Amino acid sequence: MESVSRVEEEAEKLMEAAGIDPDEAFKLVMGVREAAVNAVLHGNSYDPAKFITVTMECSAEQLMVTVADEGTGFDLEKLPDPLAEENILRGTGRGIFLIRSFFDEVNFRQLHPGTEVRLVKTFAASTGVSS
Amino acid sequence: MALSIATRELDGVTILDLSGRITLGEGSVQLRDAIRELISKGVKNILIGLGEVNYIDSSGLGELVSAYTTAKNQQANVKLLNLTKKVKDVLQLTKLYTVFDIYEDEASAIASFK
Repeated sequence: MESVSRVEEEAEKLMEAAGIDPDEAFKLVMGVREAAVNAVLHGNSYDPAKFITVTMECSAEQLMVTVADEGTGFDLEKLPDPLAEENILRGTGRGIFLIRSFFDEVNFRQLHPGTEVRLVKTFAASTGVSS
Repeated sequence: MALSIATRELDGVTILDLSGRITLGEGSVQLRDAIRELISKGVKNILIGLGEVNYIDSSGLGELVSAYTTAKNQQANVKLLNLTKKVKDVLQLTKLYTVFDIYEDEASAIASFK
């Protein structure tokens, strides 16, 4: 989990340096962290020999993050809807939902091996960056 | 900051005062163990104080749900107290706000178990 903490710290630094509104930054960092957790836990299955690769770019207009793992991939279609009545009491399955709630675009790409998720948040002129 | 859990009792209710983060690797296991220990001792009324919890992730949400369902299965009750805005926002987003009994003041929460 050290790699997840490092990703979270770097995302926090980036948001602060870019002057992102703190409430917005909190959500975005949470989304980035969830993506990193997915990569380590579900993608790499905690295998210490496997790496996650994270890129983050932030401008006044847009934040773009990619998180890639070295796992076997997963079927996006099989993810249960965590808001469905039959799933609401499940103990898992909310990570990607949270990511999608906080970012405008969430796209998955199959690597060989691994999976890459690309997150994009476009800032409105009056709400994203404070200056 | 990792999670710390202080336990106290009031009027037949066991109160867990949580402080810190409830996340994978930083508190979700501690919360799970604390709830399981109480349930195994036959405790029926559990109030989780979240006033000092400033961050919860999907794993932490899962632990709250597990605490709720584990308690229900043992004819016990888990209720929540003093949500911070950030935790409340995430519970609302995931519709878990409607699952739990949530209170803003301790006296009302304690009374609700009677």
